[in-house]
Amino acid sequence: MIDLVNISIPNAAGYALLGYLVVFLGLVMLMCVILVMGRIMHREKAASPAPAAAAPAAAPAPVKAEPAPGSAGDFKLYNTDPRDAAMVMAIVADTLGKPLNELRFISIREVKEDEV
Amino acid sequence: MDILGVLRTLGAESGFAAFFMTDGGWKNLVMIIIAFVLLYLGIVKKFEPLLLCGIAFGCLLSNLSYFVGMGANALYHPEIWEAFLDHASPYYHSYGYIMREAGLLDFFYIGVKAGIYPSLIFMGVGAMTDFGPLLANPKSLLLGAAAQLGVFVAFFGAVCLGFTGPQAASIGIIGGADGPTAIFLTTKLAPELLGPIAIAAYSYMALIPLIQPPIMKAMTNDKMRKVKMVQSREVSKTEKIVFPIVVATFVILLLPSTAPLIGCLMLGNLFRECGVTDRLSDTAQNALMNIVTIFLATSVGATMVAQNFLNLNTIKIIVLGLIAFAISTVGGLCGGLVMYKTSGGAINPLIGSAGVSAVPMAARVSQDVGRRYNKNNYLLMHAMGPNVAGVIGSAIAAGFLLSVFG
Repeated sequence: MIDLVNISIPNAAGYALLGYLVVFLGLVMLMCVILVMGRIMHREKAASPAPAAAAPAAAPAPVKAEPAPGSAGDFKLYNTDPRDAAMVMAIVADTLGKPLNELRFISIREVKEDEV
Repeated sequence: MDILGVLRTLGAESGFAAFFMTDGGWKNLVMIIIAFVLLYLGIVKKFEPLLLCGIAFGCLLSNLSYFVGMGANALYHPEIWEAFLDHASPYYHSYGYIMREAGLLDFFYIGVKAGIYPSLIFMGVGAMTDFGPLLANPKSLLLGAAAQLGVFVAFFGAVCLGFTGPQAASIGIIGGADGPTAIFLTTKLAPELLGPIAIAAYSYMALIPLIQPPIMKAMTNDKMRKVKMVQSREVSKTEKIVFPIVVATFVILLLPSTAPLIGCLMLGNLFRECGVTDRLSDTAQNALMNIVTIFLATSVGATMVAQNFLNLNTIKIIVLGLIAFAISTVGGLCGGLVMYKTSGGAINPLIGSAGVSAVPMAARVSQDVGRRYNKNNYLLMHAMGPNVAGVIGSAIAAGFLLSVFG
């Protein structure tokens, strides 16, 4: 029986290595579970019939280009510091109650007082 | 009426006299100065102020009111907790004894001792965390695992420096860069080291923007730092709802000792994502989190009584904590470099350093360092994946250490 209180240095090295392996193993297994879960979700989403096309009550605004999925999309900054832009994006996301990666930003422009 | 006698008694009972009359009273003075320095760091330098202010004030209160041999009016009594933990004591694990003898901060400390506060903090963290980036790129979990290297290197280093196994495990978990996890594990394994470990964990978390960039620069080259990553896939709402249920089920079955931390983390996240418990999510993120933070910080600070804190072990813990943080960063970056190579240069290795928990500070550092080399590079969302994976990774590391040494 190993004395875990007054643990020897070789035993400590063994437990350290084992612990690191356990963390890796646990997270690799979790990664596999998440990958499988994601695949199942996507298969179900793909298998479900597309929703019936709604009557075009109002013509949707034309979309020039589809932004990359899962991102805020590429967008342009005009006279805006990227730090300020990040803050504006965070405020918009918080106000709308939506995660940032589900929003699409086209551009952010600083409006001077005399332009208002 | 004996006015002089009353004044003499008041004088003898005062803390001012205790500084010079009691055994080691001067140490209290040193601790009070340390509390002032911590308050300065928290208020002026804004080092994790929400926690450091409470910890520093708890330290101040306990060292103002507790002197060896004069504990009648103390807010925190280390000796009753020693009796509580001593197998040979008649008061071993007697909460009745604690309730009878306790000062105000002893009552607060019950929540730490029982593991309630760290778990509730984890619930708030879960309610505030968007696991979307992790779901979009599950490989991030590997970076969260790689970045736990410092935990086990510091554990080994602590054993080499003469700490016992449970103490070394508590010191090692500083490398997980996760305050509640460090407090949770230390309370279970080595409560006598709680003060210095909590201080080291929170101070280094605040210093991540200073600790990590030089290591990131040393381990990567310009080409790697400039890599612009492609955007992750979109994550559905259903995935986000199922995720906390799956993780809680899987991880707790794998390592039951992680149940308090992972269980609360995932419960908080379920409140956030399920869409029908917005009120609970809001409470977990704000009111509950703030209340628990007050109790946690002041009671952890109270354990920094002079007799426990002012010794060589504290210095060793501070040094080992720094080593743990640095090596965890190295581990995460090594993981990032492996991914960079295996992905053919598609993954920026800088996101690996975010695997050291410390949400969201470590991810912000990846973003800042990346943008220094490529102005149009936005690594934040990519770094959030390893960052939240680090939270799960450090909880698993703590669960392993608790299983072995608990």
